[in-house]
Amino acid sequence: MSHTGADDIRHHVKVYIRVFVALMVATIITVAVGYVHLAIPLAVTVALIVASIKGTLVATYFMHLNSEKRIIFYALALAGVLFAVLMLLPSLTHLGTIADERMGAFEHVAESVPPAVH
Amino acid sequence: MQIPYTVHARPDTGVHNSKLGIWLFLGSEVMLFGALFSSYVLLRTSAPSWPLGYTMLSVPLAAVNTVFLISSSVTMVMAWASLKLHDFGKYRMYMGLTFLCGLAFMVVKSFEYYEHVVHHAVPATNIFLAVYFTLTGLHGLHVVGGMVVMAYFLGPGTRMWRTEAERFTNRVEVLGLYWHFVDLVWIFLFPVLYLL
Repeated sequence: MSHTGADDIRHHVKVYIRVFVALMVATIITVAVGYVHLAIPLAVTVALIVASIKGTLVATYFMHLNSEKRIIFYALALAGVLFAVLMLLPSLTHLGTIADERMGAFEHVAESVPPAVH
Repeated sequence: MQIPYTVHARPDTGVHNSKLGIWLFLGSEVMLFGALFSSYVLLRTSAPSWPLGYTMLSVPLAAVNTVFLISSSVTMVMAWASLKLHDFGKYRMYMGLTFLCGLAFMVVKSFEYYEHVVHHAVPATNIFLAVYFTLTGLHGLHVVGGMVVMAYFLGPGTRMWRTEAERFTNRVEVLGLYWHFVDLVWIFLFPVLYLL
């Protein structure tokens, strides 16, 4: 961290307490939304948005990413890109399945079309 | 031979070596948990049916565990801040509280596992439980690993504070970064496994 003076640290401590309160409120929201039993797509969206906000708070303030050096972000960017690829893999797999199903559908249509009469 | 730049920042990177080292390690941890999350998504979206987490797992226990881990993250960062303010007594208190929060998390997790096992809900029962035990088991191992290092920094490791205070503070910061990452993983595991 770049600010190491005693006053700066005391200021940071106040911020940590506020972040703690925000994380607790977000946890209550997460659990409350869980008990509402929303439709799965909406529940996934809400849960991931709240979890992302909580994760960002932890990374920004507790892990001091708000005042970190550039090289740390380079390392994290590489991890982030590879993480995104990992998360895309299931979608790509399903794209393959969808493509197979479509091909199957076209073959079915082709078989059902009577030969042209000349 | 001493490891260089453990106290002061390396001129070319701008950070001390141990901090760069832990961030690179955390990057590899993102890959480890990312691969498991990716597998979870693939298994879930490919399965003809998938049980909702709250029908098989205890949401109240997991919510309590979330409170323990978030609290432990705050006490950890307060421990580091106490060292920065040269208050070793407060450091011990906050680090001790962090250790106790980690222990409480593991005790609750053990109760959960015990309940599953006595009801014959084990990894071999179905894919959901296999994923649940793999992800929470790996996360639990990370919690235990962090607690071992905390115990060291509460016991024999504190000798360094008397001789190299700044280096000791940096060590605690690095432990804190690891611990916050463990908290961060749980923040995503909780809704994904228990609520959806």
